[in-house]
Amino acid sequence: MNFAVLQFPASNCDQDALHVIRNVLGQSGRFVWHKENSLAGVDAVIIPGGFSYGDYLRTGAIARFSPIMQAVLEFAAKGGPVLGLCNGFQILCEAGLLPGALIRNRSLQFRCEHVFLKTVTPQSPFTRKIPAGQILRLPIAHGEGCYFADDATLEQLEKQDRILWQYSDANGQLTEGGNPNGSLRNIAGICNEARNVAGLMPHPERASEVVLGSADGRLIFEGLVDWLQTNAAKAA
Amino acid sequence: MTEPAITPELVQQHNLTPEEFEKIQGILGREPSYTELGIFSVMWSEHCSYKNTRPLLKTFPTKSPRILVGAGEENAGIIDIGDGLAIAFKIESHNHPSAVEPFQGAATGVGGIIRDIFTMGARPVCAINSLRFGPIEGGGNAANNRRLFGGVVSGIAHYGNCFGIPTIAGEVYFDPSYEGNPLVNAFCLGVLRHEQIARGAAKGEGNSVFYVGPATGRDGLAGAAFASRDLTEESAGQQRGAVQVGDPFMEKLVCEACLELLATDAVAGIQDMGAAGLTCSTCETAARAGTGIEIELSLVPQRAPGMTSYEIMLSESQERMLIIVRSGREDEVKRIFDKWDLPWARIGQVTDTGRMVVKHNGAVVADIPARKLADEAPVYHPESTEPAYLKAVRAFSLASVPVSNDPSADLKRLLAWPGLASKNWVYRQYDHTVRAGSVVRPGSDAAVIRIKADSLPPGADNGSVVEKYIALTVDCNAAYVYLDPYEGAKIAVAEAVRNLACAGAIPLGSTDNLNFGNPHNPELFWQLKESVRGLAEACRFFNAPVTGGNCSLYNQSPNGPIDPTPTVAVVGIIDKPEHITTQWFKDEGDAIILLGDPMDEQDPMRGMGGSAWLQCLHGLKTGTPPRCDLEKERQLHNALRGFIECGLVKSAHDCSEGGLAAALAESCISQQIARETPRLIGAQIDLSFAVGESTRLDALLFGETQSRVIVSVAPLDVVKVVERAKILGVSAAKIGVVVGSELTIKAGAWEGKWPLAELHDLWWNAIAKAMAS
Repeated sequence: MNFAVLQFPASNCDQDALHVIRNVLGQSGRFVWHKENSLAGVDAVIIPGGFSYGDYLRTGAIARFSPIMQAVLEFAAKGGPVLGLCNGFQILCEAGLLPGALIRNRSLQFRCEHVFLKTVTPQSPFTRKIPAGQILRLPIAHGEGCYFADDATLEQLEKQDRILWQYSDANGQLTEGGNPNGSLRNIAGICNEARNVAGLMPHPERASEVVLGSADGRLIFEGLVDWLQTNAAKAA
Repeated sequence: MTEPAITPELVQQHNLTPEEFEKIQGILGREPSYTELGIFSVMWSEHCSYKNTRPLLKTFPTKSPRILVGAGEENAGIIDIGDGLAIAFKIESHNHPSAVEPFQGAATGVGGIIRDIFTMGARPVCAINSLRFGPIEGGGNAANNRRLFGGVVSGIAHYGNCFGIPTIAGEVYFDPSYEGNPLVNAFCLGVLRHEQIARGAAKGEGNSVFYVGPATGRDGLAGAAFASRDLTEESAGQQRGAVQVGDPFMEKLVCEACLELLATDAVAGIQDMGAAGLTCSTCETAARAGTGIEIELSLVPQRAPGMTSYEIMLSESQERMLIIVRSGREDEVKRIFDKWDLPWARIGQVTDTGRMVVKHNGAVVADIPARKLADEAPVYHPESTEPAYLKAVRAFSLASVPVSNDPSADLKRLLAWPGLASKNWVYRQYDHTVRAGSVVRPGSDAAVIRIKADSLPPGADNGSVVEKYIALTVDCNAAYVYLDPYEGAKIAVAEAVRNLACAGAIPLGSTDNLNFGNPHNPELFWQLKESVRGLAEACRFFNAPVTGGNCSLYNQSPNGPIDPTPTVAVVGIIDKPEHITTQWFKDEGDAIILLGDPMDEQDPMRGMGGSAWLQCLHGLKTGTPPRCDLEKERQLHNALRGFIECGLVKSAHDCSEGGLAAALAESCISQQIARETPRLIGAQIDLSFAVGESTRLDALLFGETQSRVIVSVAPLDVVKVVERAKILGVSAAKIGVVVGSELTIKAGAWEGKWPLAELHDLWWNAIAKAMAS
C-alpha cells in the first residue's frame, strides 16, 4: 500500500511515521511536501506531529491553508483514510475534518510521558485490529492536547460511536489521574462520521517496536493496512 | 555615519586591557576603528578566545583511533562509531543569559548547540543538559530560584520540543552557590557518515559567501563579551539586550535546508553564527582556510533600519549561518532556501589576502588579518593559590557529627531532597521520545538512543544502515569538586563512565563544560587548574578523549563564586541491543549483589565528606570527599560490562549521592510504566556482614564510597557473578533479594523498613511540591 506522510515546515514526527510504514510494516511510503497539491496514487495519508509553521498563531491554524490540505480534503471526501497524529490531529480539527479543538493542557505545561489508552470501538480502519478491552500504552508529547468541544458535539460523538480512544488507567478505568491533559470525557482520539478520518494525540509511531518499550502502536497501523488490503481485494 | 572616537574609557568598556589594545594597534599598524574595536573585543573575550584557559585545555587527552575531528579543530568533535557512521557532539553553556532571562537564555543555549552540530554536517538526534540553581524550597530567595529553574526548563522544552529533538538525559542540582548565577549547560549529539563531515573553512578564492537564515537585529549585541564578565546587580537591568531571542521553528528549517544543501556538494565551507555572530564566522572560516574574506554589510538582511556596521558585526541574532558556496553553484542555494522559504543573501566572496575586509555601503569599516584576530588572542597564565577554606575542610572530622538516631527518617528526607529526588518534573516537560529512538529514557543511570537510517542527514545511501546504540550521561558532583577539585573532577568522569557501564556501554569520548568563577582570583583559578588536572587524568585513563567543550568563567554573583563545576558528558556505545541495561529491579526472587566495597575503611570520613547526607541532614558542605581509585574503578566497569554481555545482569545501578540506601531505594521505585503508574518492587537487604564494632550505621547506609554498583541477577547466577568478580579483582557480596512491596535493610541489630508507595511519593513528587509552593 502507498502511504503519504505530509511534510509541513517544522513537522518533526514525519520521519518517525515513514520509518514505521516502511521498516516496521513493510509498506511503501513517501513524504509529500506542503506545497504540493496532488495525492495521486496514494492509498492513505498520515499527517504527522510537529510544530507546523512554528504553531505561533494556534496549533494547526496555518497548516490548514497550505496547498496540500485542499488535496487532503478531496481525498477524505472520496473515502480515503487520513490519520492525524498529535499536531496532525490539531490540523484536522482546524481544517474542519474533525470536530472540536485541542487546547492548552490543563497543567499549562508540555507533557511527555507514557499513557494508557482504552480503545472504545473496533469500528474504524484504525481500531479494527485491536481486541476489545485491550489497553494500549503509548507516549504523549504535547502542550496543547486537551480535547474540547461543546456538549452537543460530545453527545453526538458518543452516540455515533466516534470516540476511538480514551485516556484511562492501567485497568481501562476513565480516571482523572489517567488523563494527562484535561481532555473532556478523557478523549484521546476520534473519527469523522464516515469513519475514514481519525485524529489521535498520543504517538503510535513512537511505540511500534519492542526495543522502544512498547509495540502497541503497531496495532493501529496494522489495522489501517488490513483495511486497505481488504478494500483493495474487494475492489479487485 | 560617524563612529565614536577611540578613548581609553571606550577600550575599557570593551573589556580590553591597555596591553591588549597595544597589541591590536601592533596587528593593525594603526588605531582600530570603532567597529574593529568591537570585533577584537568579542573575539578576544574569554568566551571566544579561551585566553585564560588555553594552556590548561592543552593538557586534555584528545586523541584516539576513533577520533575523526578532534578538539578545537571545528565547531564540534566527531567520533567513528563503525560501519562508516560517526557521531558529532558537544556541550556548551548559556549561564549568563539564563541568569538574566531564563526562558530565552536557556532556549538559545539549546539552539546554539544544535547549530554547532548540524554545522558539522550531522543530523542532530538527541540533546541532554546539566542545570544548577539556588535552593528551591521555602521562602526568601527560593522564590527567585524557582522562577529561574522554571524558566530555564520551559525554555529548553520550548526550543527542543519544537525543533523535534529528544532531550533524553541530564542532571539538576540545587545549591546556594548558584543563587543568582544558575548554570545551564546544553549538549547535542548528531549523526553522519564519515564522508558527510562538513568543514568551517572559507576555501577557494572567488567562492561566494552566503548569509542564510533570519535577518540580523540588535538583539544579543556582544553576548560573548557579556558572558566573559562577572554578573553584577546591574546585569539584569542593563544587559537584557545581550540576551538573544530564539526561534526553534526557524532553526528547524535552517537545519533541514543546510543538510539538504550539504548533500549537493555545492558547499565549500559552513559555519554557524553563534557567539560573536558574523564577526566570528567570517574571521574563523578565513583563518581555518588560510584565505581572506570580504563582505558588504548593506547586503546583510537587517531587521531594523539604520543599523551601524558595529551592530551588524556584533549582533548575535539567532538561527543564522554563513555558507561558502563553490563558484558557479550559487543557484543551488537559492533553489533550496527558496523551497524552505528562508531568507538568503550573497554578501561577499573568499579572497587570497588573508584579511577580513568588511565594507558598509562600499566604505571599508574593518580590515584585519583574519588569522591574527582568530588565533592570536593573548594568552594568560593567571596566578593560582590553594584556597584558604580547604584547611577547614581537611580538618573536619566525622566524629564532630552526631551519629544518626533515626536512619529510617534520614532516607526519607534524602529521597525528598530536591538534589536527589526524581527529576520527572523536569523531563516530563521535554519531548524525550521524538525520533523514535529513545530506548532508555530519562530516569536510569544513562540514556540510550538507537541510531538508524533516518538518523542520518539526507544525501548518502541510507538504505543499509547498521543500527547502533549510543549511551549518554552527564555528571558532576560539584560539592566534591569544591572540597577537592582534583579528586572531585576525577570522580565526575569516573561516575559518568560508571553510569555508562551500568547501561552496558563502553566510553567513546567526552565533552566538558568548565563552569568556574573569575580566573583573576588566584583561589578560583587554582580550582580550575586542579579540576582540569583531574579531568585530564581520568579521561585519559578511561580512554574517553575530550572532543571539545566550553569554558564559562566569571560565574559569580554579588554573593560570591559558584562551586567549581566541571560538568562532563560522556558518550558510549553498546554493541547489541540485548546488552542494554536499566537501573530498576526486574523480577521477584532475583538476588541483589553489591559490586565494590561496602565502605572505604581507609577514608577517615567513611564516604561522608561532601555527602548528600551531610548537606541535607546537617546543612554542612564540608569534609574531604571520597577517594577515587581509577584502577579499581576500571576493574569494576570491566567486570560489570562483562557480566552484562554474558547476559547475567538484570539491573545495574550506580551508588552515588545518598549512598547504598538511596541506590537500593531507587532500584525499587524508579521504573515508570506510564503516567501515575510506577512499578514498585521490594527488596530485603542484609548488610550485617559489613558491620564491625566501630562501624557507623549512617556511614554504611549513606556514605558515598566510590566504585560501587548494585546489580540484580537470577538466583542461579549468584555464585557465578560473585566468584568471577573476585577473580577480576572486584569485591562482591550478595546483599539481598528482590521481594515484596517494602524495602527492608538489616544491619546487625538494626533494621529499617520502608513501604515503597511512601518512598515513591516522597521521591517522585518532591520537586513538583517545591515548585508549587
